[in-house]
Amino acid sequence: MVIVDNYVSRIEETCGEEKNFIVILKYERKDEAIKKILQKAKMEKSVASVIFDLNFKGFAIRAYANGKIIFKNLRDKNVLMDVLSELLTE
Amino acid sequence: MFDPYKIREDFPILKREINGHQLIYFDNAATSQKPRQVIEAIKEFYEKHNANVHRAVHTLSQEASELYEKAHEETAKFINANSMEEIIFLRGTTEAINLVAYSWGLRNLKREDEVLVTLMEHHSNIVPWEILAKIKGFKVKYVDINDDGTLNHDALENAISKKTKIICITHVSNVTGTINDIKRAAKTAHEHNALILVDGAQSAPHLPVDVKDLDVDFFTFSGHKMLAPTGIGALYAKREILVKMEPFHGGGEMIKEVAFNPIKRASVISWNELPWKFEAGTPNICGGVGLMAAIKYLETLGMENVEAHECRLTEYAIKRLHECRKVTVYGPENASKRCGIIPFNVEGFSSHDIALFLDNYGIMIRSGFHCAQPLHQRLKLPSSARASFYIYNTKEEIDKFIEALKEIEKS
Repeated sequence: MVIVDNYVSRIEETCGEEKNFIVILKYERKDEAIKKILQKAKMEKSVASVIFDLNFKGFAIRAYANGKIIFKNLRDKNVLMDVLSELLTE
Repeated sequence: MFDPYKIREDFPILKREINGHQLIYFDNAATSQKPRQVIEAIKEFYEKHNANVHRAVHTLSQEASELYEKAHEETAKFINANSMEEIIFLRGTTEAINLVAYSWGLRNLKREDEVLVTLMEHHSNIVPWEILAKIKGFKVKYVDINDDGTLNHDALENAISKKTKIICITHVSNVTGTINDIKRAAKTAHEHNALILVDGAQSAPHLPVDVKDLDVDFFTFSGHKMLAPTGIGALYAKREILVKMEPFHGGGEMIKEVAFNPIKRASVISWNELPWKFEAGTPNICGGVGLMAAIKYLETLGMENVEAHECRLTEYAIKRLHECRKVTVYGPENASKRCGIIPFNVEGFSSHDIALFLDNYGIMIRSGFHCAQPLHQRLKLPSSARASFYIYNTKEEIDKFIEALKEIEKS
């Protein structure tokens, strides 16, 4: 997924009962990526301009101003890659 | 005098800014930062003394061998072992526990035996025993803990029996920071002719350890959590036990000779002296040198002072965390019963959310199970955020941490 590779530096699966993925955006492209995501996803809440609670097609997403994003309760990494691809494509 | 502000000057990384904020490093239970004295010792080794150790006659090898052996001696003194014969260098605590499981457990545990572990163990003190149990057929029994994360000694004393061959227990919980009464556990083990293995990964860096006073049979710790580089750690074991144990890995360095008999077409192998019998292959020489420098640094500070400083920070942090109305702190309330580790959660946020939020303020904490899933299950926690302190942390850093948590609470 070239479009995802352009923006994403690392993906970490969290440990804990919650099955979340943390996406770490490339530092130099994080602002651009977050802008794209904010355009496509529905903003539900913003906290201290640091946290953005978003919803995209029923998926709960929490984006952080420092370029890290938590995708909550996704079934597996394939779903994550599809969602990311949609969010980051023009 | 113990002065964390002066100590901070020795740690170049603490001058870093992250996300526009001065770095606050509260992930010390995962690994510690390194002072320039350790960094310089590693640099000096590679610039002046680097060579392979033992069995060479040239000057550089002799220098490297002397440094590596001295590192064993200093480590022995640090935990009051009898001599360096009782100190084996390995990659860290995990490898040390695996050594005990395979070198001792594989040959001494039978189908009818039991190994006791507690519910507060790090996975590295559970998984090697469970793997071995599948091979040998013995039972791994789990000892319960109390609701505040402290060890339930009654449960331990009820669980032990004639079948028990070893108790495997952490000195300090890597999640709650609870300090276990190891002397009492060792007494219980020995009264039942069992051995005791103590995971000291979270104790050796933070409080004075005397393996003779504790009367433990095995004690393990990792260098990287106590200012040394990664990839070096130690196993202490009583000499009389090590003498009877077979090696863990085979290879160079750990043998006295491999005598090939051309008639029988077979080799007769004899083991090297302690501790080299358990250190196959070229060891992490520079890691040993780094560990020695770290130990010297800590000894200069005084481990009693290190413990007292962390106790003060923990007490202060718990008090301030109680100001946060959405924060729940886990573990014993009394700071003297725990090392500088505080697990907590914030209502409405996952532990990962908390860690990511704090990262925006340059505050590094850990989130998740911290490799202790059974403990989280026992305390009914989906995961936890964990702040952990060390010698260079200050009350002012805790104040900034609390201010950031109050920001997240506002949402």
